[in-house]
Amino acid sequence: MEIPYAVKPRPDTGLYNAKLGIWLFLASEVMLFGALFSSYILLRVNAEEGTWPHHWLNIWLGMTNTIVLILSSVTVVLSWASLKMGNFKRYKFYQGITLLCALAFLGIKSFEYHDKFMHYEVHLKDGRIADGHKQADSTDKILVLRGRYVADHKDLMEGEVHHEEEPRIEIPMDQIATMENYGPWHNTYTAIYFTLTGLHALHVIGGAIVIFFIWGPLAKVWHEDPERYTNRVEVSGLFWHFVDLVWIFLFPVLYLL
Amino acid sequence: MQPTSHADSHGHDLHHEMSFWRKYIFSTDHKIIGLQYGVTALLFMFFGFCLMMMMRWQLAYPGHAVPIVGNLLYHMLGSDMVGKDAAGNVGVIMPDLYNSFGAMHGTIMVFLAIVPLAFGAFGNFVTPLQIGACDMTFPRVNMVSYQFYFMGGVLMLASFFIPGGAAQSGWTSYSPLATVTNGSQHPNGQTFWILGMVCLINSSLLGAVNFITTIIQLRAKGLNWMRLPFFVWAQFVTAFLLLLAFPPLEAASVLQLMDNLLHTSFFLPTGLVVSGQAMHISGGGSPLLWQHLFWFLGHPEVYVLILPAMGIVTEIIACNTRKPIWGYRSMVYSILVIGFLSFIVWAHHMYLTGMGTHIATFFQTTTMMISIPSVIILTALFISLWGASIRINTPMLFALGFLPMFGIGGLTGLPLGFNASDIHLHDTYYVIAHFHYIVAPGTIFGLFAGIYYWYPKMTGRFMNEFWGKVHFALSFICMNLIFMPMFIQGMEGMSRRMYDGGSTYLESAGVVGLSPEIVHLNVPISHAVWLLGLAQLPFIINFFYSIRLGKKTNSDNPWEATTLEWQTPTPPPHGNFDKPIEVFRGPYEYSVPNHARDFTTQNDPDKQEPIIHGNPVRS
Amino acid sequence: MSDTHQPSAAAGAADEHSLEDVRKHVRTYIIIGIALMAGTLLTVWASLIDFGSREYNIAIALLIASVKGFLVVGFFMHLISEKKMIYSVLVFTVFFFIALMFLTLWSMAHGSIIHIR
Repeated sequence: MEIPYAVKPRPDTGLYNAKLGIWLFLASEVMLFGALFSSYILLRVNAEEGTWPHHWLNIWLGMTNTIVLILSSVTVVLSWASLKMGNFKRYKFYQGITLLCALAFLGIKSFEYHDKFMHYEVHLKDGRIADGHKQADSTDKILVLRGRYVADHKDLMEGEVHHEEEPRIEIPMDQIATMENYGPWHNTYTAIYFTLTGLHALHVIGGAIVIFFIWGPLAKVWHEDPERYTNRVEVSGLFWHFVDLVWIFLFPVLYLL
Repeated sequence: MQPTSHADSHGHDLHHEMSFWRKYIFSTDHKIIGLQYGVTALLFMFFGFCLMMMMRWQLAYPGHAVPIVGNLLYHMLGSDMVGKDAAGNVGVIMPDLYNSFGAMHGTIMVFLAIVPLAFGAFGNFVTPLQIGACDMTFPRVNMVSYQFYFMGGVLMLASFFIPGGAAQSGWTSYSPLATVTNGSQHPNGQTFWILGMVCLINSSLLGAVNFITTIIQLRAKGLNWMRLPFFVWAQFVTAFLLLLAFPPLEAASVLQLMDNLLHTSFFLPTGLVVSGQAMHISGGGSPLLWQHLFWFLGHPEVYVLILPAMGIVTEIIACNTRKPIWGYRSMVYSILVIGFLSFIVWAHHMYLTGMGTHIATFFQTTTMMISIPSVIILTALFISLWGASIRINTPMLFALGFLPMFGIGGLTGLPLGFNASDIHLHDTYYVIAHFHYIVAPGTIFGLFAGIYYWYPKMTGRFMNEFWGKVHFALSFICMNLIFMPMFIQGMEGMSRRMYDGGSTYLESAGVVGLSPEIVHLNVPISHAVWLLGLAQLPFIINFFYSIRLGKKTNSDNPWEATTLEWQTPTPPPHGNFDKPIEVFRGPYEYSVPNHARDFTTQNDPDKQEPIIHGNPVRS
Repeated sequence: MSDTHQPSAAAGAADEHSLEDVRKHVRTYIIIGIALMAGTLLTVWASLIDFGSREYNIAIALLIASVKGFLVVGFFMHLISEKKMIYSVLVFTVFFFIALMFLTLWSMAHGSIIHIR
């Protein structure tokens, strides 16, 4: 039993099934990320004056990631075009770059996440607030940070400080009232940051896995049915472009504004 | 998103005999998947109904131990949830358990019973047949969508047995209650609820993609849009509602999950105090954000509940009146308008959140607008009966019963849609009566009608007519006995979700409150619920008995219907049709003048003059 | 086992993608790719400039992002030459997304960005 229009397009719609299917799925993804963006806007607009942070994320890392994803979008569409022109080797090459870009993106993202988890806001018992990155030579008794002291929590909202240049601070653990790292629980900004970028990263992983699967284990289908194979590459490429599209909006919204 | 299976590219059937597991459990055939959805959904519906039967005991006889199952409940769920009555018998439903039952009754009925039955079961089984297709466009995705549904169901059921019990914050899971309740241990019942919802949402999303692509791409030759059976239009619009309305709830679920497990504050406001203690959270969140995201799905969801049933009822009415449906074109446009408008009415569930009069007016306006196409559809169905030669059989009885019941349900929604009257009726039993009239003697009657109607196509036998009529009569009477008094209770001000049935708010000397008669109505309502439960027994027995011992149909088209699903062998084999299908006419060519038979099937090549849609004069 | 197939076989899926068209498209893709990179640099540069009020920065950043988004969707995803069926789905989707965002904000903004009295 062969399902019609799986490869050849249906004349009146001009589409093959998977192309319509992926666009419908992408429409639902627009609503998913759209709801999260709406949540972001709402939470930010309703935040009290002076409680929403700025420039807590490294702009250059974010920009690099943006360039990496754009490059991968270009290689994804070039790889499909190569298949359309019958050049399998070139497809393999371009799609390989796409996968490398995906790995690079995830690597940079992991580094950024790790940085946030190492960044602590420490409230001492005497009322002072220390803020900085936990250093490797901290022990159970002494917390070593590279950071600064501030008078008020609100002073931490502007993040233009370069942490590498900050002095070493040593704090005995028994002088600490509370300490918390910059994870999702820290405030609504980190919460929505981790959620948006985390969900996006899951989509990067998912898309990369599918592209890899078609590129590697399923490559033999090219020789059996080139049109079907090309369609699969096109459909997975459409998903990948969407992932890039979301990041194009995430970057300025989370990093720059 | 990979198009089709590898094997299909070889062109012809590899009709090797498949193992039991591949054929019935891991099937990619839409009919088997439809049956899987159907059986699972009916089991969940029964379970959800049992939860309600127990809740009704607590409402009618507060503080008394539940008979029969009280002991069992105590041993399964523990003494936090199940208490002792004055005489020392175990089996009294405690407030937390009552709230769990309430939240899970709603969740199970909406997401695990009705939608899977109306969309997953009927949609999957009938839609490809009615458009002349061999299967869905993505059969393996179809299988995965059932598996997600199954997983979601398992999670929901499992939540009853973990410490703290199942979710207790209503099927609406409003924050901050949903985050602070169920005890302090995590993961708790609410976590399971959220994870279950994520599975169910993904199931629906995959199903929606499949349905829309299939209906657009796999219609048979000659089956243009205005020749589609109304059932297919209904499933098409329903699929779009699921596709675009569910993702915001998935987003909200992820956010609430993070609030619960990772101590974020998406929905938790600054300064939240629980049990006298300030919560250690970052604050800055918004409880209203949850409500918006929830109801953005919640409203289209209720149209997901009703549209497939309207589709089923339309098919049955056309067939049993032996006339084309009056106003088919209007009905199609109406259902498209309903689909569109349903996305912009949601905040009528939030009139009392202090939104402000301008935006409340906006939502009130769109809410009033959406009632118009609904009335058009119902009116068209009523007018379709005019001058008809009505064949009375069980499916037709349920379809006819649907009409006034949905009418009552829909009309009673109007005072709720008006901001001003909603102030009095909001969150009372009036609301419960309103939506149950639509879903219970509304949708469920439509679904029963569909089961009795398509049963002969699945099995080659009729269900027993006598017991079908008994099932109908008892269900119809009981449902009205249950829900009509609730309007009265609600108008007098009795709130929803009250564990003790309102007795706390009884009036007394000098204190305004509920009258004893109103509270006492709980007793006959509960009795009617238990009677309704008993009334389902003939249906259940009939369903299983008739598989092997029902009256044989001796025909592939026993109802003499015009639509394509009756043009297959019985039951339809893998691939459905034994010949290529071409469609020559609309879906309801009944009683065409000067024809030998009183129906002409859609694919009958006998090329008579096309009929202009309207009411043909009978010769 | 050849890695190169007759182009016409692979190009059969959609009529408008003849061999020549695809070659021209390759050039387009690369140009759009460079434009996107430039847009990224522009976005970062614009964010470092003080335009007076924060609202301007937001508007400019979103404007540049929208243009970049349009390029990705229009050219990389071929939406600019796509079939009506796809367009219609997306038009409704965008409408519902905007409705969700705008109506939610309208209901909850207490005079901060949307002044409606």
